[in-house]
Amino acid sequence: MPILTYREALNQAMREEMHRDETIVLMGEEVGFYNGAYKVSKGLLDEFGPMRVLDTPITELGFTGLGVGAAMAGVRPIVEMMTFNFSMLAIDQIVNSAAKMLYMSGGQFNIPIVVRGPGGAGHQLGAQHSQSLESWYCHVPGLKVVMPATPGDAKGLLKTSIRDNNPVVFIESEVLYGTKGEVPEGEHLIPLGVADIKRQGHDVTIVAHSKMVLVALDAAAELAKDGIEAEVVDPRTLRPLDTEAIVNSVRKTNRVVVVEEGWEFCGVGAQFVDTIQREAFDYLDAPVLRVTGADVPMPYAKNLEHDAQPDKEKVKEAVNKVLYRK
Amino acid sequence: MKSSNAATEPVNVTELLVGPGQPAAGTIEERARREDPAVLKTLLEQMLLIRRFEEKAAEIYQLGKIGGFCHLYIGQEAVAVGALSATHPDDYIFTSYREHGHALVRGMDPGEVMAELCGKQSGVSKGKGGSMHLFDRHRSFMGGHGIVGGQIPLAAGTAFASKYLKQPRVTLCFFGEAAVNIGSFHESLNLAALWKLPVVFICENNRFGMGTPIERASSLYELSQKACAYNMARTWVDGMDVLAVRETMKEAVSRAREQNAPTLIEARTYRYMGHSMSDPSHGHYRTKVEVEEQRRHDPIKQFSAALEAIDLVNQAYIDELDQKVRDTVEEAVAFAERSPQPDARELYTDVYVD
Ligand SMILES: Cc1ncc(C[n+]2csc(CCOP(=O)(O)OP(=O)(O)O)c2C)c(N)n1
Ligand SMILES: [Mg+2]
Repeated sequence: MPILTYREALNQAMREEMHRDETIVLMGEEVGFYNGAYKVSKGLLDEFGPMRVLDTPITELGFTGLGVGAAMAGVRPIVEMMTFNFSMLAIDQIVNSAAKMLYMSGGQFNIPIVVRGPGGAGHQLGAQHSQSLESWYCHVPGLKVVMPATPGDAKGLLKTSIRDNNPVVFIESEVLYGTKGEVPEGEHLIPLGVADIKRQGHDVTIVAHSKMVLVALDAAAELAKDGIEAEVVDPRTLRPLDTEAIVNSVRKTNRVVVVEEGWEFCGVGAQFVDTIQREAFDYLDAPVLRVTGADVPMPYAKNLEHDAQPDKEKVKEAVNKVLYRK
Repeated sequence: MKSSNAATEPVNVTELLVGPGQPAAGTIEERARREDPAVLKTLLEQMLLIRRFEEKAAEIYQLGKIGGFCHLYIGQEAVAVGALSATHPDDYIFTSYREHGHALVRGMDPGEVMAELCGKQSGVSKGKGGSMHLFDRHRSFMGGHGIVGGQIPLAAGTAFASKYLKQPRVTLCFFGEAAVNIGSFHESLNLAALWKLPVVFICENNRFGMGTPIERASSLYELSQKACAYNMARTWVDGMDVLAVRETMKEAVSRAREQNAPTLIEARTYRYMGHSMSDPSHGHYRTKVEVEEQRRHDPIKQFSAALEAIDLVNQAYIDELDQKVRDTVEEAVAFAERSPQPDARELYTDVYVD
């Protein structure tokens, strides 16, 4: 199977889908001529031309709303956010138009749109450019929220998201763009709402999504040296959430750590914990612990930025706690 | 003066400018004589229908049969009627929440519109939208939208789709004068002009955004001038004169359809009722005298007087027409009243599609 970067996998997904369906267009800042701020759209302008790969002015609300309107009239737009931090400018159109058009029109207008781009921290980008906003979007009925961790998932989930007839918020990661992995060729479609067990284990469950899957796997590898076998569950889609996969794993391991890059308060992990306590209460041998980003705006200084984020040490510490070790 | 932008065929904006205060050429009677009599009668009937429909909505709102926000269009009828008369049936229409009139002119069934206001299953949006969210896919009625300015980027979007899919469909986007102060207006006008989209933006300047008169909200009163910042054609029109609106719209619609060039039109109008049903028609923000003064320019009275003057209709005809639309409205209310509420299972439908 070909080995591609996460970036190439996303690019391949868009290229294949745009070949398959002429109603798909890509729009966003620097997606065309510049080949994408993070080069995810590299080559697409040359291949599909300026009517299908549209450089927009810096006008997130405007072009996202334009995308939603186009989706009401037979176009299937992919709207790139240079980073999801800027999606806050567009959130009115995502929440008030895309997410509720179907409902308030009594089922007449669905919105087939994908809003995609990187979320989360990069390297020392400071407070305004390092945010994990998935919980904002997960909160809204009518939206689907997808966050792939690997190149293979990135391709399979993006293709499915593009084919989905509902608005999909697809959050990538700047830090993951360069990571490599196996990516199936051609028609590789991963259904939304299906988790993936990234590592099998029986002692403890670690639930993690996006970049935190890699952190969880690192922690699990080290824990294995101590004889602890962690199971890493990657929901991949946060809404709809594969609660069954999470609960099944908890029933097997009886102990859980939930890891997320975003802030703790009202973070998506809180929702996972709610599901776990309700559906697997009798199986739990310890309180569920969460490892999250620190409850502060992201600092710039390298050491502080590191301290503000989950890492494998923090995950290992939480695992040891739920196992009542040391 | 030549102006250009990033697009390929620059629009000569200065040529399209209409100076402030320039009235439509000729009296209403003169212009009416040049129109097809059947069209004139339809325009009158549509304005009357809106007027009676809205009066009835106010009445049953007071009886508690309509809930929530309900924004009436009384006084502004000539704008929707004149503007939509210049469109094709598959041209896209976007509006704000003050959209009962536009929906009726579009041919949406008055009973189904009234049922929507009453939150009934038979409503145009199955009772799930309400007064502010009327939709009709088959009539390209793309919705009443409740966030001020929220529909403006959407309208640029359907216009983009028409251009992309090579369909000769124009988009009309209606919004209030207070919406020109919000970001989405500016972002969308820039995109529409930059990308040469077939859209007509119609600002219904009824002088107030809730209780705030334009003078206290906008640094500029000649609102169509906002288009100049985007190298876009612009004009203003007397929004109480249905034929003037129709003429102006015809030009803008053909500019959109033939040249993919957008236009901003300011239609100067006035709302007679309060901002919504929870607001009195006059209060500390405007006097009763002001409202009465404005009512003297009533679009329906002016137009029916003109049609009488050219001997197209007489008082008996008008009375008969009035009775006809009153009957339609009565039937609409009866339909709404006998329609069931949405089934409880509807709560969880239409959140996602397969
Ligand atoms: C973004 C936003 N802010 C505030 C409101 C509350 N609001 C509803 S209508 C309105 C006044 C709008 O006036 P205008 O645009 O002139 O339209 P009109 O009601 O006169 O038709 C306000 C403030 C809203 N719906 N959306
Ligand atoms: Mg107003």
